[in-house]
Amino acid sequence: MTGSLSSWQIWQVINMNNLLIVGQYVPTNSIVHRMDPRIKMLIIFFYVIFIFFANNIVSYALFTVFAVGGTLLTKVPWRFIAKGLTPVWFLIVFTFILHLFVTKEGTVLVNVFGLPIYSGALEQGAVISLRFFLLILLTSLLTLTTTPIEITDGVESLLGPLRRFKFPVHELALMMSISLRFIPTLLQETEKISNAQASRGVDFRTGPFRERVRAVIPLLVPLFVSAFKRAEELAMAMEARGYRGGEGRTKLRELQVMKRDVAALVIFIIVVAAALITRDYS
Amino acid sequence: MDITFKQVDYTYQANSPFEHKALKNLSFHLPGGSFTAIVGHTGSGKSTLLQHLNGLVRPTSGSVQIGEHTLEPKKKPKQAKELRKQVGIVFQYPEHQLFEETVEKDIAFGPRNFGVAEKEIAKRVKESAAAVGLDLSLLSRSPFELSGGQMRRVAIAGVLAVRPRVLVLDEPTAGLDPRGQQEIMDMFYRLHKEQQLTTILVTHSMEDALTYADHMLVLDKGEKYMEGTPVKVFQDRQALQQVQLDVPEIFQFLQKTSERFGKQVAYEGENVDRLAEQLADLAGDKHE
Ligand SMILES: Nc1ncnc2c1ncn2[C@@H]1O[C@H](COP(=O)(O)OP(=O)(O)OP(=O)(O)O)[C@@H](O)[C@H]1O
Ligand SMILES: [Mg+2]
Repeated sequence: MTGSLSSWQIWQVINMNNLLIVGQYVPTNSIVHRMDPRIKMLIIFFYVIFIFFANNIVSYALFTVFAVGGTLLTKVPWRFIAKGLTPVWFLIVFTFILHLFVTKEGTVLVNVFGLPIYSGALEQGAVISLRFFLLILLTSLLTLTTTPIEITDGVESLLGPLRRFKFPVHELALMMSISLRFIPTLLQETEKISNAQASRGVDFRTGPFRERVRAVIPLLVPLFVSAFKRAEELAMAMEARGYRGGEGRTKLRELQVMKRDVAALVIFIIVVAAALITRDYS
Repeated sequence: MDITFKQVDYTYQANSPFEHKALKNLSFHLPGGSFTAIVGHTGSGKSTLLQHLNGLVRPTSGSVQIGEHTLEPKKKPKQAKELRKQVGIVFQYPEHQLFEETVEKDIAFGPRNFGVAEKEIAKRVKESAAAVGLDLSLLSRSPFELSGGQMRRVAIAGVLAVRPRVLVLDEPTAGLDPRGQQEIMDMFYRLHKEQQLTTILVTHSMEDALTYADHMLVLDKGEKYMEGTPVKVFQDRQALQQVQLDVPEIFQFLQKTSERFGKQVAYEGENVDRLAEQLADLAGDKHE
């Protein structure tokens, strides 16, 4: 087990405890993992746009097959994905129920507690929930199969053209990767300090609200102190090793578009084209 | 207070792909008033073990008994705060926990949380500051203006001011200068003797384990590897080297001497004079 993995794990735990899927990388080394992060991001970006064009069974089916097929290819266990989606399930169900009672189109199907449920409401609720589900599923695939470093590299490369307009692309990417690198460290630190203060009699979990807010101070002050210290040390270490900004800097990992990326793009374009052709235009 | 671990397992991130067993089937008993050294290679689970002593974590299976308090997998400890009052932990790099505006307030933080009366607090702050060798003129300073060694002392004083019955030390002298290390260890030892404090010391220094402890626990990958008096444990250098540990210099010296003279020199923790006599005998044998 490497050092970086173990700090990663901590991030994982916190995410799992909060049942939050964002930022949860699951290394299965599938074909999706090995894809160019830029291509993954492009596909997701356009998927998010084009799914709003779907308006009938066939076009929705196409987008669904694409997302589910992609999920299968990642080899990430379903249990894992489902667990991460738990809080989103709630939102999806909530959206569905809201639609049931608010939308008044089509014919009345049944009455629930005196409230009429329309056929159109059932349809719209289902459609919007499905769309919501697909969006979350596909975007979570990005973080499940791409390390934060790859995401950063991808963002830097995709934003590259903006450099011409003096947009600080490199600096932005650097900030992103440094923050990502330090999230697990900070979480680890938080855990340590909260343990230490709990030992000194601080009660973070029970007691009146005011007390609990006050209990945060002994946690936050040491955290800030150490974060600033770390930032200063990092800046010094970078300078000592001759870091002078992004000008003329080369990369250790060059991103490369491979056959699998082209294949994924082609499949995606076919799906979108098919969906655009089969959707209703009346 | 007696401390008993019964078949304790502890798993980080149970039921996830990142599951990690940090403690495995760990059982031992530490009588009240004893001084125990816990040693083990890095990552062997020492800090994880210590967290149990304050109810910060509960065993995944098995049970932990600390005085009146019992920790079990499913049950939330009822009186975690009472337990924490009786068991003081000096964590690894405790200076990271300082946060108050003044040294005085930071030392008073623990006692205040545990409901000690203000007058008593003032007394204890002075006492524990003196015990750790802090100049009283520093009490009104900000803890962040102090040197690393002074900060460490403030943090330790903050734990002592609660007056725990059990003192748990996780590498309390790591990163201090040699003189400071000795001072702090001697201070802990004095408290242990004077107040019959049950003391548990996690350390990478075999010399400290030999000097201060009367009982020793060797961990390897979360399991109990050896247990006994330090002298007994250190007699098996080979076993210790298997788990990346070594013995104090005196044992290394005696081993080399035995090899050289082809005769066993036994060391049972007797004083240095007695040892010198044995060695003189050996040397005499050789020359006759
Ligand atoms: N919060 C955590 N989440 C996941 N794994 C952890 C966590 N804390 C510790 N571990 C793992 O548990 C094992 C035991 O860790 P522990 O901190 O108890 O070791 P240690 O004996 O104190 O080591 P050291 O001498 O370096 O302080 C290690 O393998 C570590 O990677
Ligand atoms: Mg440790």
